[in-house]
Amino acid sequence: MDISSLVFDWDQLGIVFALAGAVLAALMGGIGSAVGVGMTGQAAAGVVTEDPSQFGKVLILQLLPGTQGIYGLLIGFVTLTQIGILGGSADLSLAKGLLYLAACLPMAIVGMVSAKWQARASVSSISLVAKRPDQFGKAMIFPAMVETYAVLALLISILSITSIGGLSV
Amino acid sequence: MSDDYIYAVARVRARELALLGRQDIDQLMACRGFDECLRVLSDKGWGGGSGSSAEALLAAEEEKTWAFIRELTDDLTPFAVLLYPIDYNNIKAAVKCVVTDTQPQDVFLSGGSVDPAVMVRCVKENDFTALPPAMAQAADEAYHTLLQTGDGQLCDVILDRACLTDLLECGKGSKNELLAQYAEMRVAVADIKTAVRACRTGKSKAFIDEALAPCGTLDVSSLAAAACKSVEDIYGYLSATPYSGAAEKLKESYSAFEKWCDDQVMDLIKEQKRNPFTVGPLFAYVLARQNEISTVRIILSGKLNELDDGMIRERLREMYV
Repeated sequence: MDISSLVFDWDQLGIVFALAGAVLAALMGGIGSAVGVGMTGQAAAGVVTEDPSQFGKVLILQLLPGTQGIYGLLIGFVTLTQIGILGGSADLSLAKGLLYLAACLPMAIVGMVSAKWQARASVSSISLVAKRPDQFGKAMIFPAMVETYAVLALLISILSITSIGGLSV
Repeated sequence: MSDDYIYAVARVRARELALLGRQDIDQLMACRGFDECLRVLSDKGWGGGSGSSAEALLAAEEEKTWAFIRELTDDLTPFAVLLYPIDYNNIKAAVKCVVTDTQPQDVFLSGGSVDPAVMVRCVKENDFTALPPAMAQAADEAYHTLLQTGDGQLCDVILDRACLTDLLECGKGSKNELLAQYAEMRVAVADIKTAVRACRTGKSKAFIDEALAPCGTLDVSSLAAAACKSVEDIYGYLSATPYSGAAEKLKESYSAFEKWCDDQVMDLIKEQKRNPFTVGPLFAYVLARQNEISTVRIILSGKLNELDDGMIRERLREMYV
């Protein structure tokens, strides 16, 4: 019996870690957005119950925490393409797999946390619109500020994922 | 959970637009008479329809408030601090009606958490198990005290104190800072009112000790000791407590003190205008509506009795919006 067949090839785990990264980005971003859009949806429904004419305004505010889920999906998709699961060869070293996992984490973690906090800001802004519909522009800005950090996380994740392929590890 | 009230709070925010503000109060004050006031209120959607009396109009508004809250939440537990005074007033009426063998007529307040008919049955059957435990114990004690002594005031003292103790416990148990602070304020203010009245009517130390309900911001034994001496001693004691403003207003007049009490509640709930979560804004809305109704009652009664505008204005409460 060949002794080398008994030695575990750690590089086989590379693709597992890379896929875990893609899954986490889509999963955590999606969870954050689902919770966030659910919270803002309740507030929006409350306002529309009393004043149906506010539907358009509160709908926009409701959707703001939904972007993290889209960013997570984008990161997941780009990662799957880069690691060869969606076409190409899915042959990765352990180090590269871990690098992809690390690259996905900013979007996964920031996506989930920022979606929840953006939802809280959106709920507050929906209350603001309920009381002062003319202040919609200002009400939009407060939750949009939270979006900045989700976009920063998206950028760093995308830059990392697209650069890992060129590394010789 | 705080997030459970997101929908409800959003609806409350939209409803707050319809609350009466300072301008609306000025408009009511500018009315030439009682009938014009009623017309203005009716135009603002107050009351259940045209041609209702002032009392019916105010009762309809109170009912609308609670109907709205019941629509928002099935669980009225956080509002128990507002319902207990109604329940204890009704049990007081039930005990007195049964003991004096009188038919209860127009003595019960509506909107409590226990049906007055159940209360009457409990007292008649001398079985209070259908009531909440603390209320049952107090009702039992009050009933037997009234039977044995015939002293209606003692019966009132037992139930009033039980109500305040229950209210305080309920506030503390709610784990909501606003409810706890409100309950504490209600109990402290009730103690101050009791102490002042007892002092002015020359009640004994034992009576005052029995009537005052312990709370966190007042030392009831010191308050009772002051009440046994003079009203000035009460003012002196209060000036060293968070209720120093109350002492100033009491020196002015009793109506100034009552206005101060209501304004303190408005100050307490104003923060809820910036809170989009928790039951706090719902609770604040109910208090704001009650304050609004009470202010309108003052204006209507002033206009009906053709009181001077200045006299009415000095009794007007701060508004929530």
